[in-house]
Amino acid sequence: MIILFSAILVENFVLNKFLGICAFLGVSKSIKPAMSMSAAVIIVMLVSTAITWPIQYYILVPLKIEFLQTMVFILIIAALVQMIEMVIRKISPALYKALGIYLPLITTNCAVLGATILNITADYSFAESMVNSLGAGIGFGLALFLFSGVRSRLEKTDVPDTLKGLPITLIAASLVAVSFGGFAGIIENLFK
Amino acid sequence: MSENMADKTYLSPEQRSEEKRKLNAPMRILLDGVLFENPALRLILGTCPLLAITISAKSSFFMGLAVIFVLVGSEFIISLLKNMIPPKVRIPAFITIIAAFVTIVEFVISAYLPALNDSLSIYIQLIVVNCVVLARAEAFASKRPAHFAALDGFSMGVGFMLALVLIGSIREIVGAGTIFDIGIPIFGKTIFGEVIEPIAFFTSSPGGFFVYGLLICLSQVVMRQIEKNRKHKTNALNQPITSGSGCSSCGACPMADLKAESGVK
Repeated sequence: MIILFSAILVENFVLNKFLGICAFLGVSKSIKPAMSMSAAVIIVMLVSTAITWPIQYYILVPLKIEFLQTMVFILIIAALVQMIEMVIRKISPALYKALGIYLPLITTNCAVLGATILNITADYSFAESMVNSLGAGIGFGLALFLFSGVRSRLEKTDVPDTLKGLPITLIAASLVAVSFGGFAGIIENLFK
Repeated sequence: MSENMADKTYLSPEQRSEEKRKLNAPMRILLDGVLFENPALRLILGTCPLLAITISAKSSFFMGLAVIFVLVGSEFIISLLKNMIPPKVRIPAFITIIAAFVTIVEFVISAYLPALNDSLSIYIQLIVVNCVVLARAEAFASKRPAHFAALDGFSMGVGFMLALVLIGSIREIVGAGTIFDIGIPIFGKTIFGEVIEPIAFFTSSPGGFFVYGLLICLSQVVMRQIEKNRKHKTNALNQPITSGSGCSSCGACPMADLKAESGVK
C-alpha cells in the first residue's frame, strides 16, 4: 500500500522524477486523449514490468550479464508495444481506435523504461514491482488528467506573446508540481 | 555519394534541398547544433533528463558529456551502417546501437566516478530513450556521410550540454547559493536589513519547469531579434533559420503541435 500511494502522489513520475515529460506536454491538451494515453501507459508499464523482472533475475543475473540490462529492456519494451498494439487491434477495435497513435509513442516514453529500471535498482520483489508500476502508471494518469484541466483553462486566457505555447505550459506545469509537493509528508503519517 | 544513400521514403523535397544546402558546410552544422537548432532550447528535445538532473551545475556538466559521447558515437556508427539497415526496422536498430553506447558510458561512470553514479542514477540509462539522440539519428545520421554525422552529434551534444549547464547553474545559484559546489558570497549576508537566503524552490522539481519555461521564452525572444536583423540586412538570406531537419521529421514526438503553437521548430 505504501508503495502504491507513494508512487502515485509523492514520487509522482511526471512531476517529481521528470519521466515521460514529452508525452505529458504533448497529449495534455484536452482530457480525452490524455486519458487514452495514460490507459495505454498503465497497460504497457504493467506488462513490461511483468516481463522484465523475471528476465533480470532469471536470465541476466545468473548469466552475469546485467550490463546488458539497458539494451535488453528497451528492446523488450519496443517489442511489447508492437505486440500489445496487435493484440488490442485484434481483440477490441474500439479501444484500438481510442488509443490509436499513442501506443507506438510509448516506446520512447522514458517513464516505462524508467519504471522497469527503478524496480530493479530499488530491489523490489516481483509483487512490489508490479504495485510500484501500477502506482507509477496511475500517477502518470493523474498528473496528465489534472494538467489537461489546467491546459484547457490556459487556452482561453490571454497570454503575453513571448510566453505563448511552451513557456507558459511549462510554468503552469511548475505550479501543478508545487501542489503535488504538498503530499510529501502525508504517506508516512497515513500508514504509520 | 549522398544521392543514392538518401532514403527516398521519408524525405520531403524541402528537406532534400535543405540537405544539399547544408551538406558541405561543417561550420553551419556546428552553429546549428549550438545555436540555431539548439536541441534543448530550440528543438525542445530531451526534456526529461534536462529537468531532472539540472539541480546542480556539476551533474548537468557530466550529463552533458555523457550525451555528447553517446550522440557522436551512435551518429557515427548509424551513419556508417545506414545502407545496411532496412528502413522498416531502422528504429529498433538505432535504439540498439544507442543502447550499446549508453552501456559504455554507464561502465565508465561507475568505474571512475561512483559518486556521480548515485546522483545521475537512472538518467544515464534513460539516454537510450532521449529523443535528442533518436531524433538526430533519424533526421541526420541516417542520411549523411559519417564524418558530418559525427560532427552533428558533437555540435548537438555541445548545444545540449550548454543548455544543461545554463539551467543547472541558474538553479544551483538561486536555489542553493553555490555554483559547481563553490559558495557564492552574496547569500547569507545582510542587505537592507534582510538576510539573503537561497530560494529552495529552484532546486525542487517545480523550479525546474519554471526555469526551463523562462529560458525557452528568452531564447525565442533572442531568435526573433536575430531573424529580424537578418531580414533588414539582406533579402536574399531570408530563409527561415530553423527549417526541417529537426523534430518534425521524427514521427515519434508527440509534442509537434505544441511546438508549432509557440513557433518552435
